[in-house]
Amino acid sequence: MTGGVLGAMRAVFLRELLVFWRRSTEVMAALVFFVIVTTLFPLAIGPERRELMVVAPGVLWVAALLATTLSLNHLFASDYQDGSLEQMLMSPYPLSAMVLAKIAAHWVLTGLPLALLSPLLAVQMALPTKAIGTLVGSLLLGTPTLTLIGAIPAALTLGVRGGGVLVSLLVLPLYTPILIFGAEAVAASAGQGFASVAHLSLLGAFLALALSFAPWASSAALRVSLD
Amino acid sequence: MSDPMFAVRGLSCVRGDRTLFAALSLELRAGEAMHIRGPNGLGKTTLLRALCGLSRPVRGEIRWRGERIADLAEDFTAEVAYVGHLNGIQGELTAGENLRLAGRVFTRRGHAGLSEREALERVGLRAQTDRPARHLSQGQKRRLALARLLVLRRPLWVLDEPFTALDAASVASLSSLIGEHMAAGGLALVVSHQAFDLPGIRDFELTRYCRSRR
Repeated sequence: MTGGVLGAMRAVFLRELLVFWRRSTEVMAALVFFVIVTTLFPLAIGPERRELMVVAPGVLWVAALLATTLSLNHLFASDYQDGSLEQMLMSPYPLSAMVLAKIAAHWVLTGLPLALLSPLLAVQMALPTKAIGTLVGSLLLGTPTLTLIGAIPAALTLGVRGGGVLVSLLVLPLYTPILIFGAEAVAASAGQGFASVAHLSLLGAFLALALSFAPWASSAALRVSLD
Repeated sequence: MSDPMFAVRGLSCVRGDRTLFAALSLELRAGEAMHIRGPNGLGKTTLLRALCGLSRPVRGEIRWRGERIADLAEDFTAEVAYVGHLNGIQGELTAGENLRLAGRVFTRRGHAGLSEREALERVGLRAQTDRPARHLSQGQKRRLALARLLVLRRPLWVLDEPFTALDAASVASLSSLIGEHMAAGGLALVVSHQAFDLPGIRDFELTRYCRSRR
């Protein structure tokens, strides 16, 4: 019936997908936010292609970052309220493995659709076609890092009044390097800077780093919040 | 007499700057159960959470099969089932899915208990298997939380007010579940203000370990 840690992680992952799927409005909120913000910019700045092209990498990345930040509150909050998180602490498997599975599911439902939808919005922002591949690549590397890092303050602020605002305040300084390299990678391949490969490899390095410590740190934070 | 499976010595817990209880000791052997009593606000929930490793006591040690639970870590949690004030039920999932997932996520290979069908049958929720858990009544949710005990099959049950929102008939049938658990060599720690009938359960007055009155 069970298959060790991996089996348990798989079960948590599928459970999250199922729950988020049935509560799809919350999942859609981040995506809708991303679409709305990037749609408003061409309206506000004007349809001038040159101007849009300059700001496009920054706008797309800032919108993606804020959309991810918005979705962080849903990562643990409902499981905290209904006691599922408490039960997860009583699991015979390492909590960090369960947390990693939760984060992975969360990313599949928020970060991944965002990255997949970005080419459409890039066209709207007059981003050159040659940069679209880099945009998707940078978001695919960057958004999981954002979710991983964001899980730590999300876990730490459980049960705190005004936790949502606190999460944004705690997480934004940590997000800046990813934002800089992400936007820079896109700008570079749009022909405004250095080669984008270097930025993308740095994003990859950030992802590897976050994968190694974020699940562990957020499970420690969960134990503190639930004490 | 055999060594106690679960032994607590010199336990003290603090909430904020207030010492709830100090120098608390208790022992449970296989097949024994304890009914922890005391008025509201005495720290019964805090005690149960400390006993199952959810929160860390300021002093004292808790041993399971002779080893400290802090050293056992997941090897201890693999043997404890906790039902707290919160049911731990995901409302978007059906009753059956909740139990099936609990079985997958919380049991080690070869340690699974009843299947979700059997467990739901035992707590009288068979007809609700495919209903989303959020549509269940409070009492039904509570029974679903208790059904998890049967799916997990762990030796130590830690139950915090397990009978809230339950009707008299359910209280009787669920206390007999605890009885069966004891008969099979299981241990149980129960906090309840509701009266329930269970032969062989020992009373434990928490008041004895509280220095200051509330």
